[in-house]
Amino acid sequence: MKSTKKITVALIGNPNTGKSTLFTAIAGVHTHVGNFPGVTVEKKIGKVTWNETEVTLIDLPGTYSLSPHSEDEMVAVDVLLGRQSDVARPDTIACIVDASNLERNLYLVSQLLDLDRPLILILNMSDLARKKDIEIDIEKLGARLGIPVLCTEAHRQRGIEPLKNAILESPIGKERKPHRPFPEEFYRECDLLHQEFGDEELPMFLVERMLLDVQGTGENRNRKNGLAERESFLIDARQRLLQAGFRVPQMEPRVRYRWIKKQLEGICTRPQTHSTTTSDKLDRVFTHKIWGMLVFAVTMFLVFQTIYRFAVPFMELIEEGQNILATSVESAISPGAFRSLVVNGAIAGVGAVLVFLPQIVLLFFFIALLEDSGYMARAAFLMDRLMTKLGLSGKSFVPLMSSFACAIPGVMATRVIENRKDRMITILVAPLMSCSARLPVYLLLIGAFLPPTIYAGGWITLQGIVLFAMTFLGAVVAVPVAWTLRKTLFRGETAPFVMELPSYKWPSPRIVFSRVYDRGKAFVKRAGTLIFMTTIIVWALGYFPGDRVEYHKLESEMHSLKMAKNGTTKNFERREKALERELNKMNSQLMEQSILGRFGHTIEPVVRPLGWDWRIGVGAIAAFPAREVIISTLGTIYSLGADVDEEDQGLQTAIQNATWKKSGEKVFDIPVALSVMVFFALCAQCAPTLLVIRRETNSWRWPVLTFSYMTTLAYLGALATFQVGSRLIG
Amino acid sequence: MKLSELKTFREATILSVEGDDSLAMRLMEMGITENERILFLGTAPLGDPIEFEVRGYRISLRKNEAARVCIEID
Repeated sequence: MKSTKKITVALIGNPNTGKSTLFTAIAGVHTHVGNFPGVTVEKKIGKVTWNETEVTLIDLPGTYSLSPHSEDEMVAVDVLLGRQSDVARPDTIACIVDASNLERNLYLVSQLLDLDRPLILILNMSDLARKKDIEIDIEKLGARLGIPVLCTEAHRQRGIEPLKNAILESPIGKERKPHRPFPEEFYRECDLLHQEFGDEELPMFLVERMLLDVQGTGENRNRKNGLAERESFLIDARQRLLQAGFRVPQMEPRVRYRWIKKQLEGICTRPQTHSTTTSDKLDRVFTHKIWGMLVFAVTMFLVFQTIYRFAVPFMELIEEGQNILATSVESAISPGAFRSLVVNGAIAGVGAVLVFLPQIVLLFFFIALLEDSGYMARAAFLMDRLMTKLGLSGKSFVPLMSSFACAIPGVMATRVIENRKDRMITILVAPLMSCSARLPVYLLLIGAFLPPTIYAGGWITLQGIVLFAMTFLGAVVAVPVAWTLRKTLFRGETAPFVMELPSYKWPSPRIVFSRVYDRGKAFVKRAGTLIFMTTIIVWALGYFPGDRVEYHKLESEMHSLKMAKNGTTKNFERREKALERELNKMNSQLMEQSILGRFGHTIEPVVRPLGWDWRIGVGAIAAFPAREVIISTLGTIYSLGADVDEEDQGLQTAIQNATWKKSGEKVFDIPVALSVMVFFALCAQCAPTLLVIRRETNSWRWPVLTFSYMTTLAYLGALATFQVGSRLIG
Repeated sequence: MKLSELKTFREATILSVEGDDSLAMRLMEMGITENERILFLGTAPLGDPIEFEVRGYRISLRKNEAARVCIEID
């Protein structure tokens, strides 16, 4: 038997170089996506076998530099040095660069050359470079840098085989001599520091980085690890370098760019005069004062409409499938706790997860298109001024807007924001945006309680105004919330905006597909298990204790009645109706006796100031896993069965007629309806969103915070609405 | 003169970047270093940020970020 060789390869590169496309082209779609422990950085690993060599490919996050200023940025350095516990140290590093933008891209390459690992340079987008009349002498470049240089066009799958061969042929295990671009004084200081630190294990590369990065992650780690005495050694070393005429940290970019100029001299020519490309012409329109904003508004409107509207048929299809499955299970299993667990717990739980899939898939389809074409950067460019007023950056706009359809893809879309603080604030306020699941609640309550008053000859309706107000309430509240977060938990200087505006290009279908596939898979897999559990818990709370012997008897009778129903007779129908009424009545009694129902009674004093009775309280609690559940819960409590929707006349009438037990007064009036709506507008009643926040932030702290602050806001908002409302109207 | 004061479609030579903080470092890492040519391409519709061309690619900076860069018009 042949022994198989195993190698690990890290793929690194600047953003907008086509790195993901290349990764998909060499690793295929069989990749494992997760998070690096303790940070919010995505870990993407592909395993392939080429010529009997097992190759593990690590896709490192796109970066302009290896100079880390946060733990998130430090991940790339840790992986490259083999200090990241959950992945092996890469044997070879492959660095992808944009051939049409070689000068700036070589900055990262020059930092990678400081490492002692074999390095392969990949010039991607060589077609674009040719179009821009940029000529590169690849052979000479390789000879000067002393590493293999290849050309690829990843989006056309060109140059992939030579790259695979280059990876397999790279001198594994042999150390490459690191290049030394800095003056000798610098390396002398590094040697001295290494002695002073007295840590044999500490790689020289990290010592160099500590010296170069003032207030960088290396220095911060020293402080955290109780090695603060290193600080003074670093300060002294920098002082000596300054006296020798080398000012840290500005020395690094100066030296490296001078080095780059020298490497490229005579082998890379770009036209000196500014030539107007198609991309420039597009940019004139897309960033134009009037046309740019118009194109932007139309694009966003289309994206929004699609996820809001066109996802509906697919969501209905999933719900339909769920119903069919539930019905067939109901006819296969006899009534009892197990059947209820399968139908109302498991199937309903899985359905609650899958129903979001169409929106996620559609949104990520658009985001992939916008990102891959280069338009996303322009969207951030256009919106930045507006978003800075809210304490965020332009990059937060698209994720927040997407959250109006559904916060889950919105939170996932925050990955485009590199700055951690901006990203965290965006994630934490995203669930405040009014998602499509809040709509049924608004429609039910508005339909039932607000008079169909019309203004301006039918153009404006009171119901429409309330719906509009509810939809934007969350967004308005998000402004002070974001401001508070910026002033408390995420303090500090505003993140630099400094953003590359990449050339426009046609999005590659392969990359769009793979991104949609990755996001969809990650959502179903990770969030699915936990949402499933939450639904089961709420099911159990609503099911137990409750004596259901009588109920099951009636259910069985109902079933046999339905089976026997060949020629419909009046008697059958009458009996069926009576049975249904009886079942619903029992159901609501059982609900009242259940743990959830008792809990509802217990907390009635808490929800009374909001104008709610125990039934609304139970509905709100049962709706914590998914807010639209309140409709079926209210259906159950008002003895209509769980199969109701927001347009159900029966439910609208039932809640209009609901009365307080003691006084016999109506439970619902306009202030109560408004109070319930405000509560739903502000509350984090969506387990999937919280679990996605957990996944994206890699910590339970943030979903807990989101849940707490939103629930508090929701309670206070509902309280204020009812107290003020009942005084004004009542 | 500061980069933020440059007029549309004017070109200038970079003299220096002020400061040693992460913003100054980010600007320099992105290729905004001494003696490089920089061209003002346009302003976003709301007046900020600004788009420039440097080292053959496009970069956008906020006005207060561009104010960190000293330039000279020849």
